[in-house]
Amino acid sequence: MSELKLMKGNEALAEAAIRAGVDAYFGYPITPQSEVIEYLMTERPEQRTGMVVLQAESELAAINMVYGAASTGKKVMTSSSSPGISLKQEGISYIAGAELPAVIVNVVRGGPGLGTIQPSQADYFQSVKGGGHGDYKLYVLAPASVQEMADFVEDAFKIAFKYRTPVLILSDGLIGQMMEKVNLKEQQKRLTDEEVITLNGDWATTGKPTTRERNIVTSLDLQSEKMEARVHRLMKKYEQMEQEDLRYEEFQTEDAEYLFVAYGSSARIAQKAVKLARDKGIKAGLLRPITLFPYPKKILFDLANQVKGILSVELNAGQMVEDVRLSVKHKVPVEHFGRTGGIIHTPEEVLEALEQKIIK
Amino acid sequence: MNVLDIIKPENQVFCKSKLMTDTTLSYCPGCGHGTAHNLTMEVIDELGICEDTIGVAPVGCSVLAYDFMNIDMTQAAHGRAPAVATAIARTWPEKYVFTYQGDGDLAAIGTAETIHACNRGENIVIIFINNGIYGMTGGQMAPTTLEGMRSSTSPYGREIKTMGSPLKITELISNLPGVYYVTRQAVHTHKHARKTKKAIKKAFENTRLKKGLSFIEIVSNCNSGWKMTPNESNIWMEEHMFPYFPLGDIKVNGILK
Ligand SMILES: Cc1ncc(C[n+]2csc(CCOP(=O)(O)OP(=O)(O)O)c2C)c(N)n1
Ligand code: SF4
Repeated sequence: MSELKLMKGNEALAEAAIRAGVDAYFGYPITPQSEVIEYLMTERPEQRTGMVVLQAESELAAINMVYGAASTGKKVMTSSSSPGISLKQEGISYIAGAELPAVIVNVVRGGPGLGTIQPSQADYFQSVKGGGHGDYKLYVLAPASVQEMADFVEDAFKIAFKYRTPVLILSDGLIGQMMEKVNLKEQQKRLTDEEVITLNGDWATTGKPTTRERNIVTSLDLQSEKMEARVHRLMKKYEQMEQEDLRYEEFQTEDAEYLFVAYGSSARIAQKAVKLARDKGIKAGLLRPITLFPYPKKILFDLANQVKGILSVELNAGQMVEDVRLSVKHKVPVEHFGRTGGIIHTPEEVLEALEQKIIK
Repeated sequence: MNVLDIIKPENQVFCKSKLMTDTTLSYCPGCGHGTAHNLTMEVIDELGICEDTIGVAPVGCSVLAYDFMNIDMTQAAHGRAPAVATAIARTWPEKYVFTYQGDGDLAAIGTAETIHACNRGENIVIIFINNGIYGMTGGQMAPTTLEGMRSSTSPYGREIKTMGSPLKITELISNLPGVYYVTRQAVHTHKHARKTKKAIKKAFENTRLKKGLSFIEIVSNCNSGWKMTPNESNIWMEEHMFPYFPLGDIKVNGILK
């Protein structure tokens, strides 16, 4: 049965994972996302559904545990925050290289270095431009509410298994920590081992019966031609994602003369700024990318025919603005407005920035 | 015993395991890796557990173990095999899960993963090839490189003062309660190989009985890395490696020897 609850973003994500029939979670504590593993440990999901939850000795171990379980066809996830995600990059690159399904959650805090435990969007580059070594991309989902923290778990696994690829849920300390009401879906059954073998038996390492060739999970191709073919295969998946699984939302863009572009918690603030602008007679609108990769390049390009200028609103020193500029191709002015250090911009500040930087 | 007796099937000591593929081994002639592979596959074959076995290959000379072993295998990042195996064993508790790792993999970059998987007493088998050197990358110093031993990164011999002592990781982990069986063996003679096979079999039986972690160190040669002929390397191994890494059981049925 679905259920309405008041929950923290991190807890909603954890509860959604149990309900989505996830097989295993491997994590390591770090603020502001420790509630994920704390909630899971408290809920005893091994009793509720048989889901395995383990506190690893490090983020390195946690992501390699994810790699291990994913290599056998299981539904497996991990979560962390910025410094921990940096450590996980080795494993993420291997998961992408070995073409395994997995869900990774980053509840972002400010950096670089140990930085701050306050919310930030400063891991945008790391999330969409690489992060680990080699030619790969992550499918990146950016939730803007506690409801989406919950909903995106199942969405992420669908994509992860559709493409056999790691999916990143890119949240931040604001959404992870805030409480909102959330409608939780009903409990899904975890797949049995037999079902996992039936569904993923053509690639997963589940033990070799006499009826098939052995399955090998690896990211190693010492022959250059084979390695290039692997990279091409990955690139094809990313193209297909753009065709079939691009996600974004528009707010009051129909008649907009000015456009905010913002994702996650920034999008919620920018949405309020749209309202403040409209109250003042400024026709503002908002494009909210829900997937940061694939990026809504085309819709941005089209909107640029209609608006006079665009402001990219981010909790960082200017990262996504580069993708906005690339999408818009110099058709209209594009500026960035952001706060760092864990400071969250107010809707008033955002509107002021639009007036100063774009409308002038 | 005449020749005809010797070649009778019942007297045959070693042959290629049915679970070894026909792929030509990438190992240097004379290297112990091949024998260690074959013994592992013989055990899995004899126990009839192929369908329920998942191997985890390391980074090192045996990175391609999956090319030679005709079983399902996941290849792990350098040093992370125990974490990978942990997750597989946790999510497939009825399967036999083993890692196959070199000393660089297990005792250097993967020290944390090794110690913690052992400490949790994961129900897995770890097969650890200790050849005292990094074979694959061209003979650099390993944590297990002996004092005074030359390598490309200890060209004047390993000096304890600056490079630390050769790491007895096997003794270290044997003290952890989660570790059920620890033994150190070799594969350079048929006598040693037979003992190693017994040890590997015991380890997989421990998995079946869910006893926790079984750890088999195989002291092996790296004739290329040591810059010796295969025969010279085996003699050198007996004279120098075995005194520092003595063969035999260290912990059996959870009890230290
Ligand atoms: C993260 C990382 N660091 C370094 C390497 C390079 N590397 C490959 S094999 C190896 C050493 C392996 O030595 P060992 O585990 O002793 O195995 P052997 O080759 O001797 O069998 C190193 C350092 C790598 N592949 N990945
Ligand atoms: S380099 Fe050493 S360990 Fe590697 S295959 Fe050759 S002899 Fe064996």
